Amino acid sequence: MMELLSPFTYDYMLKAMWVSALVGGTCAFLSAFLMLKGWSLMGDALAHCVVPGVAGAYLLGFPFAAGAFIAGLLAALGMAFVRSQTRLREDTVIGLVFTSFFAAGLLIASLNPVSVNIQSIVLGNILAISDEDAIQVVIISVVTLGILLVKWKDLMLVFFDETHARSIGLNVNGLKVLFFTLLSAAVVAALQTVGACLVIAMVVTPGATAYLLTDRFPRLLAIAVAIGAGTSFIGAYLSYFLDGATGGVLVTLQTLIFLATFFFAPRYGVLATRRKAAAAVVATPVADRLS
Amino acid sequence: MTSSRRETEKGGAVSPELTASLSVRGVAVTYPNGTVALTDASFELGGGTICGLVGVNGSGKSTLFKAIMGFVAPAAGEIEIAGLSPRAAQKRNLVAYVPQAEDVDWSFPVLVEDVVMMGRYGRMGFMRRPSPNDRRMVDEALDRVGMAAYRTRQIGELSGGQRKRVFLARALAQDGLIILLDEPFTGVDVQTESAIIDLLRELKAQGHLMLVSTHNLGSVPDFCDQVVLVMRTVLAAGPTATTFTQANLEQAFGGVLRHFRLDGHALHQDDDRRSVTVLTDDERPVVFYGSVAERDEPLKRKGEEGS
Ligand SMILES: Nc1ncnc2c1ncn2[C@@H]1O[C@H](COP(=O)(O)OP(=O)(O)OP(=O)(O)O)[C@@H](O)[C@H]1O
Ligand SMILES: [Mg+2]
Repeated sequence: MMELLSPFTYDYMLKAMWVSALVGGTCAFLSAFLMLKGWSLMGDALAHCVVPGVAGAYLLGFPFAAGAFIAGLLAALGMAFVRSQTRLREDTVIGLVFTSFFAAGLLIASLNPVSVNIQSIVLGNILAISDEDAIQVVIISVVTLGILLVKWKDLMLVFFDETHARSIGLNVNGLKVLFFTLLSAAVVAALQTVGACLVIAMVVTPGATAYLLTDRFPRLLAIAVAIGAGTSFIGAYLSYFLDGATGGVLVTLQTLIFLATFFFAPRYGVLATRRKAAAAVVATPVADRLS
Repeated sequence: MTSSRRETEKGGAVSPELTASLSVRGVAVTYPNGTVALTDASFELGGGTICGLVGVNGSGKSTLFKAIMGFVAPAAGEIEIAGLSPRAAQKRNLVAYVPQAEDVDWSFPVLVEDVVMMGRYGRMGFMRRPSPNDRRMVDEALDRVGMAAYRTRQIGELSGGQRKRVFLARALAQDGLIILLDEPFTGVDVQTESAIIDLLRELKAQGHLMLVSTHNLGSVPDFCDQVVLVMRTVLAAGPTATTFTQANLEQAFGGVLRHFRLDGHALHQDDDRRSVTVLTDDERPVVFYGSVAERDEPLKRKGEEGS
């Protein structure tokens, strides 16, 4: 019993669990919006698009996070812009912008070799996060969450029906820029906790799981955030025992929850759908079925 | 629909003497692919009115709506809504617009009542929290289009006509002084159509200005007191009685309309010199009664003169 509580006795574990939960919740909030617009892969793309920003920041002596954020924001706005100006679909646009940014990053890095710790960017290392980085991540997450809590209804309207949003006087382009700014900030924060490979899971899985559970957007947000924050907290906790990378544990948890929902969700789960179809056949009189 | 329109106006920004008006002056629209959709289109509307917008497919009706909403930038001309630019009018929540086809994601996790509530967002405060009045407006709007029983359905789980009714309800809930409806009757059953028309008449009595495009030429004289005929420009605009004439319609529709004219022995056995002309573009036909010489005469309302 004491064994199970031991992570709570270490400051670094407490810090890791709370910071993870905060980042997980923030990313999950954004995931609900991204999933609905077919932008799910944007999170993944952004995580790679920050590379030139990081390399550039090292080169110029900027803080790592600032470079990453600027590159991520440029990439996100670039994607949204190309999408709005052409008939290309979301996945194509993401592919285009993502590869060009990644290539630029590799180019900069190869011209000016820098000692970026690739391991920590790809895998993240929340258990060893410095106080300074932790504060940075906490500030980013809190600000992002705060703005989302105030603006989520406006953002929902823009994502659901841009024409109507415009016609009631909302500043649609301003809101889009705001959203992509928050997304870039959250991705940079997530990079430091779960690493680039797994940012994608943070901004896809919670929203996808919640989508199978409800038809109401506010509830979807609440469920997604609960899953994101909960799995991140527990993931960090478990990684103490498993001695594995936090990101891997965390995303495995999210996937398990998704699978359970996929099969057992009361309304949209595979089993429920089957059961309803079967019940309908039994309930319909034979004569109706034949006609 | 409600007497509380003035008091619900956001922040009291709207001066009470603001009346509905719409003015389109010399508007030209060219799409990026070079299609000239409208040139030098002009008309003026004011006060409580229902104005029918008619023309063939591709004549520029939807383009005109988009230009009024500022969704396509006119290459020339100006548009004023209640004396304001389109953007300023939108910010004051003066305009409700229902496009011909909704470009929304039908699998979005919103219920019918949530969609109708979106009509009220512009009037809500910073946090967009609905007031009891907002809820009442939503209930009322859903009732009016006969969709109250479906209020907790996910928006994609509706038939085509039901979806149209929901978006109409949203425009009603928005309670704009100016209401733009792009083909609200297409794909809607006859019963719903007449319910909607009744509703429009009430809104007119309350001082709302409505611009309604339609292909149901037959019902235009029934519910529109003004008409605008378009064919890449505004061919004619004015009171239905003097504008919705056979000659103007023939000009607007060219060879597209089917034209039946019955007179003499095809129509009656006696010596009656009157004739019947039926114009149709496959929706509800419009029927003119009279002799050839009366072609430019004002249209008589259906039923005013027996057959
Ligand atoms: N997005 C667009 N890009 C290029 N051309 C367009 C676009 N939308 C419409 N057009 C063209 O502009 C003209 C006017 O189209 P509009 O949609 O305004 O017609 P409409 O009167 O609403 O027709 P309908 O009765 O079929 O709804 C047409 O010739 C059409 O082909
Ligand atoms: Mg049209």
